[in-house]
Amino acid sequence: MIYGLGILKGLGVTLKHFIYSYIEDVRYLFEGGRYQPRHLPARQGPRARGVFTVQYPKEKLPLPENFRYIPFLVYDTQENKIKCTSCGICAKVCPPQCIWIVRGTDPQTGRPRPEPEAFYIDATICMSCGFCAEFCPFDAIKMDHDYELSAYERYESLLFDLPRLLKPDTYHAQIHPSDWARELAEKEAEKAKKKEKAAAQPSA
Amino acid sequence: MTTPTKTKAAPLAELKGDLAVLKEKFGDAVQPAEYEGVVIANDVLVEAARFIRDELGYRYLSSVTAVDYIQEGYFEVVYHAYRLEGGGPLVFKARTPRDVATVPSLVSVWPGADFQEREAWDLMGIRFAGHPNLKRILLWEGFHGHPLRKDWKEPYYEEEHKPFSSRWPSGHHVRAEDRVFWHDNVQYPLDWDPDQVEDTSDELLYIGMGQFARAETGELVEPKSLRTERLVVNMGPQHPSTHGVFRMVVTLDGETIVRLEPVMGYLHRNHEKIGERNMYLQNMPYTDRLDYICSMSNNLGYAIAVEKLLGIKPPERAEYLRVIMAEFTRIVNHLWAIGFLLNDLGAFFTPALYAIEERELILDLFEEASGSRMMCNYMRFGGVAHDVSDDWIARAKELVYNRLPRAIEELDRYLTHNELIKARCQGVGVLPPDLAVAYSTAGPVLRASGVPYDVRRAEPYSIYDRFDFDVAVRYNGDVYDRYLIRIDEMWQSLRILRQALDQIPKGEIQAGKKQYMIRVPAGQAYGRVENPKGELGFYIVSDGSPNPYRYHIRAPSFINLTALNEMCKGHKVADVVVILGSIDIVLGEVDR
Repeated sequence: MIYGLGILKGLGVTLKHFIYSYIEDVRYLFEGGRYQPRHLPARQGPRARGVFTVQYPKEKLPLPENFRYIPFLVYDTQENKIKCTSCGICAKVCPPQCIWIVRGTDPQTGRPRPEPEAFYIDATICMSCGFCAEFCPFDAIKMDHDYELSAYERYESLLFDLPRLLKPDTYHAQIHPSDWARELAEKEAEKAKKKEKAAAQPSA
Repeated sequence: MTTPTKTKAAPLAELKGDLAVLKEKFGDAVQPAEYEGVVIANDVLVEAARFIRDELGYRYLSSVTAVDYIQEGYFEVVYHAYRLEGGGPLVFKARTPRDVATVPSLVSVWPGADFQEREAWDLMGIRFAGHPNLKRILLWEGFHGHPLRKDWKEPYYEEEHKPFSSRWPSGHHVRAEDRVFWHDNVQYPLDWDPDQVEDTSDELLYIGMGQFARAETGELVEPKSLRTERLVVNMGPQHPSTHGVFRMVVTLDGETIVRLEPVMGYLHRNHEKIGERNMYLQNMPYTDRLDYICSMSNNLGYAIAVEKLLGIKPPERAEYLRVIMAEFTRIVNHLWAIGFLLNDLGAFFTPALYAIEERELILDLFEEASGSRMMCNYMRFGGVAHDVSDDWIARAKELVYNRLPRAIEELDRYLTHNELIKARCQGVGVLPPDLAVAYSTAGPVLRASGVPYDVRRAEPYSIYDRFDFDVAVRYNGDVYDRYLIRIDEMWQSLRILRQALDQIPKGEIQAGKKQYMIRVPAGQAYGRVENPKGELGFYIVSDGSPNPYRYHIRAPSFINLTALNEMCKGHKVADVVVILGSIDIVLGEVDR
């Protein structure tokens, strides 16, 4: 075997990659260029050849529904209230213990009220594991899709309090469509069950 | 503080099989232990270890670790030895009172115990009598105390176990820095004076490397006899070739390596202590951060260890999903390893980026299934976190049937027969099979040395016994073979993936109800999986509470480094970089 054939073959592979990047350029020439957002799935898909890089921040990869980043609290826009009941499960399950909750109390009776008085998530500690959203029994805390959180200092701006954490359920419905559909279906089923019970009550 | 219920468990009633042989040979020096294994008296430990290795045939010492039974007042050192033909472990233990804390070293029997015993000394404070180089390994010599002891408290210590009571119901946010009155990162002893600190780490190291000698007065002097051209050189911790903050101290004779010692711990965070504070489930996302290239298979290893204690099995679909994820992880890791090996060879980033392109597509699948590309946190006890759609399966099939085979073949064509690579890799860093076993190396390093040992075959976990695949093996034990074996293993992973993706059934993905605070029955379990980098083991001691009593990780890349000195001797500095690249370490796992 000729010495150096292996190197030449390898260089052939590099050449192929090089040429492909131009072939792709020609292909996208009449479709507004390679960096059009509509080409992104093809350029990043399993059949992609040529240039594979994404021009962040001009281009962004689409996020799957399951994508998880620092959590937010869901605000129920129909009933006009915070969904959280301050049961504390998220604070207990949180692995780095970055959630602080002050449970609300009724000012008259002094008894616990199912609403948080204060809710903090220290974003500098949060590891975005998603346990809080996974184990919340009230669908009140969800993982966000907003991952651009850089700040100029690491104290106040990264300590998320209640106003910063609350986001409307319409936003939740928009980023988690199938999760939202499940929630609605569960609500419907519960309503139907209640109706059935109410209907069964008088006859009994 | 919770009382470990370990004492409440009775020792095993009778010893079976090899344990009985051991008992017969050594009589009263061998006593049955609780839950599993035997306790061997310290005075016959080395002899018994030799008997276990030579007569009983347990040639591979997988794991050495220690447990602090503070209530009972002793430390227990736990050894897991395996036969290379496959099968379960032989578990033996040695005990020492807490105030004595000395156990005979087994380095003379298994050199692979070297780093693990040093780790036990460092973190648990157990001296190993007869160890040739017993010094701290992850921490520095001036460190105060031994952190894995149950009576040692870390800075910002809040409570013995999570969840902390300060978080709910009246959880006012406090920054950890503000909780300690030093407002600083470190907890100092009250009489601590920075001028008095004696960090002898480097001196100890350089004595070992032959640069200094200790005179009779106790001073360090340059040895008179060493008027040769020997030179001690530090590579790292900040060095582009070391894959992170990893340091190698080498003694050179000219440009030839005479001795090499890895220095690590720059990324140490005491994962195991954090693990003891955590509840069982809370450890799952932390395992992602061990070997952060392979978070999925780390999850699998931990889930399997805890499931052993819980006695549950995940449903079929979850088992398949686990295997699919673990094998995709293997491909990701090997692509990464090959790419960066080529970087170390000087082919700067072109091969690495070609390889990472495929990795990107696999990470897209991970992201869709688990929600994160690298820190997947996907497995749960008795199942997985999320189901995948049919579309996901279709895309995975597209990758496995079309794209990945093409990509691996291209990588093969691109690199394998390249004369420069051959010249740099063949015959470099040779590790003969007997040494590979003696040094407890695992994974591709072991199999490239001609030892066909793969946990997936030797002690099948999950559903690996159903799939048709070969254990890849190469026989030269050099860098080139460690490269080739990664290509081979990717082909085998593709075989497994094809079968798994075709056979995956519909159904549940979680056994029973998902709980965030599980109580694990008291006991001890060692769960191990074949991670892409080698055998990853989790040793868990449960006392029946929601937090593990002891949580130890047998980190493959940490233990593979034990053999680095052996591989590098006689080679040049430039080769060290390549040899290290061929072991494929990840510092998140080495330093833990």
